[in-house]
Amino acid sequence: MTELTCKALVIGGGPGGYVAGIRAGQLGLDTIVVDAEALGGTCLNVGCIPSKAVIHAADEFEKATHFANSSALGISAGKPKLDLSKTVAWKDGIVKRLTTGVGGLLKKNQVRTIKGWATFIDGKTVDVKTADGVQRIRAENVIIATGSIPVELPFMAFGGNVISSTGALALDAPPKNFAIVGAGYIGLELGIAFAKFGSKVTVVEAMDRILPTYDAELTKPVAKRLKDLGVTVILGAKAKGLSKDGKALEIEQNGKSESIPVDKVLVIVGRKPLTEGWGRENIAIDMDGRHIRIDDRCRTSMNGVYAIGDVTGEPMLAHRAMAQGEMVAEIIAGHNRRWDKVAIPAICFTDPEIVSCGLSPEEAKAAGHKIKTANFPFMANGRAMTMEAEDGFVRAVAREEDHLLLGLQAVGRGVSEMSAAFGLALEMGARLEDVAGTIHAHPTQGEALQEAALKALGHALHI
Amino acid sequence: MGVHVIKLPDVGEGVAEAELVEWMVKPGDNVMEDQVLAAVMTDKATVEIPSPVIGKVTWLGAQAGEIVAVGSPIVKLDVDGAGNAKDEDVAPAKEKKAETKSTNGASSSPVRGGGVAERDGGGKPSKTPPQSATPTAPPQAGEQKKAAVANKAPRKEGEKPLASPAVRKRAADAGVYLRRVPGTGPAGRITHEDLDGYFEHGAAAPAGHARVADTSVKEIPVIGLRRKIAEKMAVSRSRIPDIVYVDEVDMTALEDLRAKLNAEKKPDQAKLTVLPFLMRAMAKAIADQPQVNSLFDDEAGVVKQYGGIHIGVAAQTDGGLVVPVVRHVEARGLWDCAAEVARLADAAKKGSATREELSGSTITITSLGALGGIVTTPVINHPEVAIIGVNKMQVRPHWDGTSFVPRRMMNLSCAFDHRIIDGWNAAVFVQRVKTLLENPAMIFIED
Repeated sequence: MTELTCKALVIGGGPGGYVAGIRAGQLGLDTIVVDAEALGGTCLNVGCIPSKAVIHAADEFEKATHFANSSALGISAGKPKLDLSKTVAWKDGIVKRLTTGVGGLLKKNQVRTIKGWATFIDGKTVDVKTADGVQRIRAENVIIATGSIPVELPFMAFGGNVISSTGALALDAPPKNFAIVGAGYIGLELGIAFAKFGSKVTVVEAMDRILPTYDAELTKPVAKRLKDLGVTVILGAKAKGLSKDGKALEIEQNGKSESIPVDKVLVIVGRKPLTEGWGRENIAIDMDGRHIRIDDRCRTSMNGVYAIGDVTGEPMLAHRAMAQGEMVAEIIAGHNRRWDKVAIPAICFTDPEIVSCGLSPEEAKAAGHKIKTANFPFMANGRAMTMEAEDGFVRAVAREEDHLLLGLQAVGRGVSEMSAAFGLALEMGARLEDVAGTIHAHPTQGEALQEAALKALGHALHI
Repeated sequence: MGVHVIKLPDVGEGVAEAELVEWMVKPGDNVMEDQVLAAVMTDKATVEIPSPVIGKVTWLGAQAGEIVAVGSPIVKLDVDGAGNAKDEDVAPAKEKKAETKSTNGASSSPVRGGGVAERDGGGKPSKTPPQSATPTAPPQAGEQKKAAVANKAPRKEGEKPLASPAVRKRAADAGVYLRRVPGTGPAGRITHEDLDGYFEHGAAAPAGHARVADTSVKEIPVIGLRRKIAEKMAVSRSRIPDIVYVDEVDMTALEDLRAKLNAEKKPDQAKLTVLPFLMRAMAKAIADQPQVNSLFDDEAGVVKQYGGIHIGVAAQTDGGLVVPVVRHVEARGLWDCAAEVARLADAAKKGSATREELSGSTITITSLGALGGIVTTPVINHPEVAIIGVNKMQVRPHWDGTSFVPRRMMNLSCAFDHRIIDGWNAAVFVQRVKTLLENPAMIFIED
């Protein structure tokens, strides 16, 4: 096969890679995006999007279940039925539409896409194993966007009754007894969804609390909701493996062994950068622990080789990868860019949702700031009351000396959409007065953001 | 422990505001009763503000230079006992502090100005609805002062510059590090206006980097070679009414020849520069115009026309300008000239040239090589009557009658003592040199 050449070669068509491709195309760079699977990467195919589809279906099903009993709203309905295989087919339809859309966007911007597995030969040369043979590509610049993969427990490899998140999103029926190893955000998002579908969910977590990366104040409403949904949460416990018949999960808590009956076990103990299998050994790039070391321009230690997204470590978030991809395309096009973002919002699509942007109070203090912080509870928010969503709050963290916002967090129904306001406020360098002085439409949950700022200033109106 | 709030007292009849000129305390200081906290200045007098109580300063309500309204809190003290602060005192005071900061440099923004008024109105219970409250003078005046101050105030060490993404991108596109740009916005935010200011005035804005007039004068005695040169040049310029004649020379043919000769030269031969060719051409031209090769003893009124051609070659050395002399050029061949020039230049550079080697010239060449410029007005080496200045060689478009062709052109800027050499003779001499250089074969034809 004849050799291809290009200005920018993107390895991986996930959110980082395809955005880099689109932006490079917009800038007139001759660009190729390579991916072995469907475009969109983990995010579109087996991550963010499909899980949100399943979570939505679970929410709707839960509502219907709720109305089968008597409800405060005066609505009563018959007992709902669930055909999960149909849910999954609907979800697959959405995924298909989005991945096709990404392909269309790349094409529109004159970006070539090649389906196949890429392996580095040297820093400028990559061989792609395609269905038609090996395609060699020589590129002036290479962007590594290989993403990450789920971490497997060696004593509980994926297969059979042990499934990964990908497997959980393709189940044709909710398992009767569903154990989840790992109370991180993915485990809890899926655990809550399946609890709503009717599974008997047990979450096993080695740490002493759920969502260990978020502070306890934020996770408390989620813990309460888990209890209401009948999810058993076992903290400080280690999964030891499946029983011989595969029908029980053996765990150890405080030195005591226990056995939990299971039909399926979802192992969701984190993700690791995909740094093997694509010829990293053939190029000289430095690592930083498990991920590729990059500088503030996403440059690796090798000239002309960039890395973006999960392969560059935490936070492993699609929107971070996208921003990096956009930046690197512009750098390759000769623009003067460096990573100068103030905050990368992070969201748990649990019930209730958690959103965190910037520094938490503890992080702000640890960074040496004297802070002012205030929570405004949704209990005092009219819109939240009308939606039966009074759990949770919005929290503002600001520097005491000049009221500069350092962080904004919220927990509550649908607060993920507040991440836009949080991110904007932090990127613009807003102070408490800026948020407090902005008219927030009534009645919305967003008013809680303004009230949190007012409260930090000492004069909240509605509490 | 309680909080005691000290407000700016009524400092004079009919005075609504005063400028805080100096703080005698800072937060953290313990103060005694009657200790002076601050000095404020009205348009009538400077007044000291004493502390009515014993306590520890926790907060200052204004910076030196700010205009403060009578009745607004200026100091807060932690005191034993209950203090005098009611909630309404404490809250607005906090706000006021924030407001003065938030309005740094924002005087041009009606929206933020309005915000000040509104919250000032809201802070102090007022009958007017907050929206329609008019801005009170004190914060406005303070605002302008602060703007000027903030302009100079750089960020704390290690603090990340605060700017919106649009400002960050604009700075990056312009290649400006935001760290160097002072921010006048709230919390030191760098605004588009700050960036405009930086583009206009450059890095002059931040304090500590201001340009300072240098008024120092260093006296350097003019001694040694420098004095020698000064005297010689003064004599030349004051005595010699010179005529400067410039013409261009097409060096293309000579350069081709020079390249060939250098390519085929014997290892023991010195590399040929333009200089030996020029010397040989001058020797030939002097045969036709012998009066240019003279020394004019203007005190005796005698011109000594020399048969021997001794060409001084002005050379810049570490020690200064010296003029080693190639003697009897009329008797030297091209390679011989080259070797002698190389030898003398080396000796001059090393400082080992003898007095004889540095004197006795009858005509001088001055050349600055690549620095030669287009035209020079060389100063005649008194008592000589002519000096040949060599300007830089460069490829220039030359009209050959049908089209422009690239030719290697070089100007000769020559000065002659008009007392001895008339313009006509000067021109004939330079034209002869030009012809010889443009047709280098003619240099070597024996008459």
